[in-house]
Amino acid sequence: MGEAIKAAIDAFASPVSIFVGSILVFAVFMTFPKQCTTRWVSAVFAVLFLAFFAFGLTDEHFRGIVTKPDNVPIVAMLFIFGYFTWFAMKKAVDNDERIAKGEPPWEKTEADEKVMVFPYLIYIEFVVALFCSIGLVLWSIFLKAPLEEPANPTISPNPSKAPWYFLGLQEMLVYFDPWIAGVLLPTFIILGLCALPYIDRDTKTSGFYSYAARKMPIMFFMFGFWILWILLIIVGTFLRGPNWNFFGPFEVWDVHKVVPLVNINLSEIIFIKWLSQGLPSNWFLREAPGILIVLFYFAVPPVLMAKTVCKKIYEKVGPERYGVFIILMLMMLALPIKMFLRWGFNLKYIVAIPEFFFNI
Amino acid sequence: MSEEQPKPPSSPPASAPKTQPPVSVARRHFLFTWLGFAWTGFAAATLAALSTCLRFMFPNVLFEPNPIFNAGKPDDYDIGKVDLRWKEKYAVWLVREPEGMYALSTVCTHLGCTPSWMESEQKFKCPCHGSGFYASGINFEGPAPRPLERYAIRLGEDGNIIVDKSRKFQQEKGEWNQPDSFLYL
Repeated sequence: MGEAIKAAIDAFASPVSIFVGSILVFAVFMTFPKQCTTRWVSAVFAVLFLAFFAFGLTDEHFRGIVTKPDNVPIVAMLFIFGYFTWFAMKKAVDNDERIAKGEPPWEKTEADEKVMVFPYLIYIEFVVALFCSIGLVLWSIFLKAPLEEPANPTISPNPSKAPWYFLGLQEMLVYFDPWIAGVLLPTFIILGLCALPYIDRDTKTSGFYSYAARKMPIMFFMFGFWILWILLIIVGTFLRGPNWNFFGPFEVWDVHKVVPLVNINLSEIIFIKWLSQGLPSNWFLREAPGILIVLFYFAVPPVLMAKTVCKKIYEKVGPERYGVFIILMLMMLALPIKMFLRWGFNLKYIVAIPEFFFNI
Repeated sequence: MSEEQPKPPSSPPASAPKTQPPVSVARRHFLFTWLGFAWTGFAAATLAALSTCLRFMFPNVLFEPNPIFNAGKPDDYDIGKVDLRWKEKYAVWLVREPEGMYALSTVCTHLGCTPSWMESEQKFKCPCHGSGFYASGINFEGPAPRPLERYAIRLGEDGNIIVDKSRKFQQEKGEWNQPDSFLYL
């Protein structure tokens, strides 16, 4: 029975199914936040999640991965982030309902009563700091630091994994040129986070949880955070094994697992598969279709969206801030698009110019 | 707010303050006061920390093996095999084919990890991001954008193979046609 369930989960697990499944759950949660945060639905979700985890712990291999000292914080992160997302959404939905009824938000009723920072807040902070210190000391005693022998450049451990907070980046590197996934996209992530408060300067809902007033921005942000960062960390930590192959949660990490991953560039698809001729020797001619697609991607959707889906945002923030917002969003969406292209069509690079190391 | 300024603390008794003579500490006794201990300890710790700067006085030289090395006789290598014996020391794979030999760099062209040669699958597979290369060095899977680099290889006067790592040949630049990139035997 247990083995059959494990085999079924492993057979179902693949980058595509995990990604599509997570996006579906995400979409349901963001579309029906009220229903999803009611007591019964959240209880069912929590029980299912804990049951899966408890069931997984009976498996030696699964237990080995989740209790590895490197991975313990990521397991904790799953529970913590899940709880806080649920909590914030529940409060936001409550507040939206109160505001719709003409009542002040929940935080307003609470904030009328004021106490002094000292001693009330400082004491709480002090006690929390004490417990955190004790926790860290215990952690360092019971979980071994993942230190290994001095590095040898000719031997890369298999699998070689980045620190857990960089595993999302490492997963991105599978789909993009190192220059894009390692430099350009992280820069955009940081700049984008810095730019957030300047893109949406509306203070109407400052100071309390609210969802209805900012549906689109919150959805975009949560998609980037949960799907494109946390999910990638989870995949990179628990589901990537030797040779960076994908493994199901209960699958034994076999170094000799063979996964056909032969990738081809867009130029090869167009000129060899479709036009049945050799690649043009001139790199510009060869990559012209890819370059056109990339230019199209960054030029046309912003204009179209300003007139349709994002009309409200465009009118609210004006062309300059809309331009920044839409470029950030397109950069973000480029990641899942490229992932699906890789899974669906084995596409390696849309533009591939190894002559001077420029690949998109 | 500004009207209600806190009252100044109650002033000291009005009686004229007596000026006490300064406590004189003899220089040789200073060291044995608590303050003296503290300052001495602080100065010693600071000096010890700064002393690590002395390391910067010496050049940062990495002693690497000579990039040109003698790899023995061609007969030492099995035909059709990827040879791992120089991987550790020189970061080179020597591949022996029926027509000749070539020297492949062990640096993955994606982000510089060292792929592992998998005999049963007949491919180099990088553990970091899953790039795969054929024994020829051509990239065929994963994110690596270009083939592995080859090093200059030739036969010395005494019949030994000489690999020169200071000259490399990149396939995407068409350099694998150049004479020293492949040793015909």
